[in-house]
Amino acid sequence: MLLRLEPRGEASHGLSYATPFLAVGLTLIGGCILFGLMGHNPFEAIYTFFIVPISSAYGLAELMVKATPIVLCAIGLALGFRANVWNIGAEGQLTLGAIAGGGVALLFYESESVLVLPLMIVAGILGGMAWAAIPAWLKTRFNANEILTSLMLTYVALLLLSTLVHGPWRDPEGYNFPESRLFSDSAVLPVIWEGTRLHIGAALTLALVAVAWVVISRTLMGFQIKVVGSAPQAAAYAGFSRKRMIWLTLLISGGLAGMAGLFEVSGPIGQLVPSISPGYGFTAIIVAFLGRLHPVGILLAGLLVALSYLGGESVQIEMGLPQAVTGVFQGMLLFFLLATDVLIKYRIRFTQPARSAT
Amino acid sequence: MSDFAWLVPTILTVVSASTPLLLAAMGELVVEKSGVLNLGVEGMMLVGAIAAFATGVSTGSWPLAILAGALGGLVMAFLFGVLTLSLLANQVATGLALTIFGVGLSALIGAGFVGVPFPGLPKLAIPGISDMPILGPLLFAHDILVYFSLASVAGVSWFLFRTKAGLVLRAVGENQEAGHSIGYHVIGIRYLAVMFGGAMGGLGGAYLSLAHTPMWIENMTAGRGWIALALVVFAAWKPGRALLGAYMFGGITILQLHAQGIGLEIPSQLLSMLPYLATILVLVLISKDSARVRLNAPACLGKVFHPAA
Repeated sequence: MLLRLEPRGEASHGLSYATPFLAVGLTLIGGCILFGLMGHNPFEAIYTFFIVPISSAYGLAELMVKATPIVLCAIGLALGFRANVWNIGAEGQLTLGAIAGGGVALLFYESESVLVLPLMIVAGILGGMAWAAIPAWLKTRFNANEILTSLMLTYVALLLLSTLVHGPWRDPEGYNFPESRLFSDSAVLPVIWEGTRLHIGAALTLALVAVAWVVISRTLMGFQIKVVGSAPQAAAYAGFSRKRMIWLTLLISGGLAGMAGLFEVSGPIGQLVPSISPGYGFTAIIVAFLGRLHPVGILLAGLLVALSYLGGESVQIEMGLPQAVTGVFQGMLLFFLLATDVLIKYRIRFTQPARSAT
Repeated sequence: MSDFAWLVPTILTVVSASTPLLLAAMGELVVEKSGVLNLGVEGMMLVGAIAAFATGVSTGSWPLAILAGALGGLVMAFLFGVLTLSLLANQVATGLALTIFGVGLSALIGAGFVGVPFPGLPKLAIPGISDMPILGPLLFAHDILVYFSLASVAGVSWFLFRTKAGLVLRAVGENQEAGHSIGYHVIGIRYLAVMFGGAMGGLGGAYLSLAHTPMWIENMTAGRGWIALALVVFAAWKPGRALLGAYMFGGITILQLHAQGIGLEIPSQLLSMLPYLATILVLVLISKDSARVRLNAPACLGKVFHPAA
């Protein structure tokens, strides 16, 4: 055996910050190889993927528009992952948030009140929370695996949205397209950068990143979440309830995902359509890990992964490559991160094969 | 006789809907018995589906297509093995990564295959016997993967509970330290189990794109990989019960087709929810008795193993 893993006495802190960058670097190399295999000039493709999309002010604004739902979902998921609660149904909770908030917009279609928008946001959060409450209840009451239940509920949520926009909520003047009415002006998030689609939701998200940072590092709740996740027995002795943590982390992550869904429909989309998100809820899982489950890390990781969506569109328009490149990049990124994370806890030793003494 | 004319085609659609679930669940069952939790079944199935379809369309040979499907899943599983077994990565996170990667990779490869037709798998009809009314088409005129999926149930049962290798595999899943200290190569055994699971997942995917709906659609597994995972829990890690579960779920999946056929006025989307809701229900019923789950689940399921640690 030439390679051996030797446990470090203590996990390396420096490396836990370094491996995300290492993973990004390896993903770039992997990307070059991938583009090369597809018969394109790798450097041109990488340039088109990563640089072209953000070389204009509009592009930068789009980057933040895309990062908003991803970061919102990832912050919530990270809280859960810290406590060993594996909510992977953020996509469904996002969808329910969009349905609940969008439903309010359609209900008050005629209203010009300034209260419509806050009411929509509250409804969106509650919608996401309600959807996440189901796996929480099933887990705490019946011990059902939250990974599978939250994921199954994602499919149910998408079908529910499809039912609504194909049926009762379809735009009566919409030529039978499966879409709701366009939301009225009072139900659309104000744009904060003239000439772009950057909406106030992005600013709110930034504020929530700060709040999450404080919660995780400065409050008892943040501490409890960490202990329940990393040392369940110690947590039990200290009297921290695991059930409470399951409820708490699922409700928070569901609420944030619901908010993300509402931001999408009342921001860039402006109506309910059958497909609200290109998998932001799943991408958020990658972002949570890449950001080291820390809000600030998540913000940076969210921007990077948002770029992969813009990059996918960019290589499609400029070079005619399939947009699915985005998914491959995201998958590679998480793979490389998980692979390099071994360095945090283990040292790699090269051992010489046994040789006779000379 | 004619009153039952609907029965045979209905049962045939149930078989067709159940086979991919059964194949993937059989693979995952062996993986979990060895103590590894691979949540990437969905990703392996998708890569298997596109590998099989692309090969089938390009070569025109269905045996090659099936082989490519198994190989596609196997390669993905090997990747999972490298990360979790050699690099000791978290199995839950790696499984999710495998699914995300598989969705992207299959969509990328499949971009050129959308809308391309494929004739499907030939039925291996036994001349004479398969012409029998009712029993003929039900028992003797399926394609090879249907027979293989049923044989795999017997094969896996026999291997796990009647062979020494199976005993070793289960032992490693129950107590990795003990297995290691008697001198078994825990990591090697798990690599083999994981790759078997990948090949079976790939075959499940191949069945979808070659036989169930002979075409390529992005994300065509639609959660079947996850349902297969739930099936393993439902089956309490017993092959025979996984067979029962897979056919039950196959039955639920085709309900929507037939409800519309008999004129039920329910939006099709609501009926499409049934398999997912049924999965949740089944999980709840099974998991409620946590003592029994603990008794049946391999004790080392999902635990990282490092011989020096």
